[in-house]
Amino acid sequence: MALLEIRNVTRRFGGFAALEDVSLSIEAGEFFTLLGPSGCGKTTLLRMIAGFETPDAGSILLDGRDLAGIPPEKRPIHTVFQNYALFPHMTAFDNIAFPLKMANLPKHEIRQRAKQALSDVKLSDKANAYPKDLSGGQQQRVALARGLINRPRLLLLDESLAALDAKLREEMQIELINLQRDLGITFVFVTHAQDEALALSHRIAVLNCGRVEQVDFPSRIYGFPKNRFVAGFVGHISQIEAEVKESTHGHLRLMAKGIEIIAPPARNAVAGDRGVFAIRPEQVRIGHEELADLRNHFFGTVESLLYQGDVSEYKVRLENGAMLEVLLPNTGRGFRVSDVVRIGWRHDAGMYLHE
Amino acid sequence: MRKMWAFAVFLFLYLPLLVVVVYSFNDSRLNAEWVGFTLGWYRVLMGDDEMLKAAGNSLLVAFLSSLISTLLGTMAGIAIQRYRMRFLNFLVMAPVAMPEVLVGVSLLLFYIQFIGMRLGILSVVLAHVAFSVGFAAVVVRVSLAALDYHLFEAARDLGASPFRVFWHVTFPLILPGVVAGFLMAFTLSIDDFVITFFTAGVGFQTLPLRIYSMIKIAVTPEVNAVSTLLMLLTLSLMLLAMRLAPEALKGRA
Repeated sequence: MALLEIRNVTRRFGGFAALEDVSLSIEAGEFFTLLGPSGCGKTTLLRMIAGFETPDAGSILLDGRDLAGIPPEKRPIHTVFQNYALFPHMTAFDNIAFPLKMANLPKHEIRQRAKQALSDVKLSDKANAYPKDLSGGQQQRVALARGLINRPRLLLLDESLAALDAKLREEMQIELINLQRDLGITFVFVTHAQDEALALSHRIAVLNCGRVEQVDFPSRIYGFPKNRFVAGFVGHISQIEAEVKESTHGHLRLMAKGIEIIAPPARNAVAGDRGVFAIRPEQVRIGHEELADLRNHFFGTVESLLYQGDVSEYKVRLENGAMLEVLLPNTGRGFRVSDVVRIGWRHDAGMYLHE
Repeated sequence: MRKMWAFAVFLFLYLPLLVVVVYSFNDSRLNAEWVGFTLGWYRVLMGDDEMLKAAGNSLLVAFLSSLISTLLGTMAGIAIQRYRMRFLNFLVMAPVAMPEVLVGVSLLLFYIQFIGMRLGILSVVLAHVAFSVGFAAVVVRVSLAALDYHLFEAARDLGASPFRVFWHVTFPLILPGVVAGFLMAFTLSIDDFVITFFTAGVGFQTLPLRIYSMIKIAVTPEVNAVSTLLMLLTLSLMLLAMRLAPEALKGRA
């Protein structure tokens, strides 16, 4: 049995459906991420799990027990809020000790465990500091320690890294992964940052307009998106409108505005279907050299380039007008705008997406 | 130039008060000229049983009414802010905006004609609560509005019942507002004349009523002395509040 079971949950605000028949099951010990654009319902779902919102229909079960009617304070679930919500009138120590105090533990145990928790997050010297005197990263660590101190069954993290600058965010991501692995507590993380979701999660649920689009491992979400939304939302991808000409179990022959593309087979695709051919920038090869060994090779013109130090991101227009994004490590000689280049990719690269 | 203006304004504000204080030590029955230093008027004051009784009444009324109005105002402030009860806001604020004479007369009619209440300390306390509860509510509401709503959710989330959220999070954070509300109500009550005048009846006198009845005869330095003491009291209350408030505010971002 899964630790957390979300069954056919629907929530409407007025006529707007924040969540529409959402079902998910989250296993014990998982780092599970709800990923989606803002307004996709992920925060509403998180608030329902925490107990701040009630589903209009459906149920949420923890360890097989229906959570309906159980107030937030009675749920063994804690939240790390986006802005941390540290109590400004309490020291770091008192913030961390708060859940233990609410659980009416004996004073000496509270002191001992809060001390330990502070040293676990390397903040022993900040025990008496107030939140406003802590840096963003330190506040984040206090919030994490506070959420974890009485070992909840589930820790919810609401865009918890969003307030940090890029460098600190990366550090905290690693800390978060280590923390989750060491404690074995189930994390449900909400974010709109797809790179963060890919980096942190065991599994990701991609949400859009109140619906679950796909639930899968990060590598599958990235490599095998179910539909155009997931493909476009997670990572960069070029999409070219295409029609299926031939579908076998070995390959797919597509016609995209006059050029023929050989793509990996897609289930349910039959000749005559219209959809898109989608390919990740790093799967496309670009060069002056012969790419003739590739089944898909064309000529294109460099339209723009974005130099990023380690890599350059090119936009190349094919003969048929389609635009492709290409990622190239800056190891050799690069290309310039309006260069005519050869471009190609393997027959098993990219994918056909119907919807 | 700007400093000059500021100085002039402060002079205008504080000079009359200063005059009252200075002349309370004047060894003369008149407020006209400085004769010499004396504590005589304070001695007279201490021997004036009626004045002392009125002062005692004022303090009692101020204490009771500000206690009640802080309690009610805090609840009202929370209700308005947390549960968006706009109508309640109007209800508690209306007496603040209403002309005092009107409030006084209405209360008088209400006490006598509608509920047949005997005028006295109770009617005065209730009247003071009526006009000061709005101030307390507004101060509490504002200090609550300045807080991040997630704090209360975080407290619940971490295991606090609604009551313990109030006790451990909400109340400590709005305490400066509550104290400020109390002191505001206190000072409003202690120097109220108009509403008290209508609602006190014959047997009950507060300090402002007593001073008024005295100056109908003459402004004696005894009035100066009692005013000075009143000033001293309000000033120290204010200083106390200002010392308390930063303490309670400590740690706020």
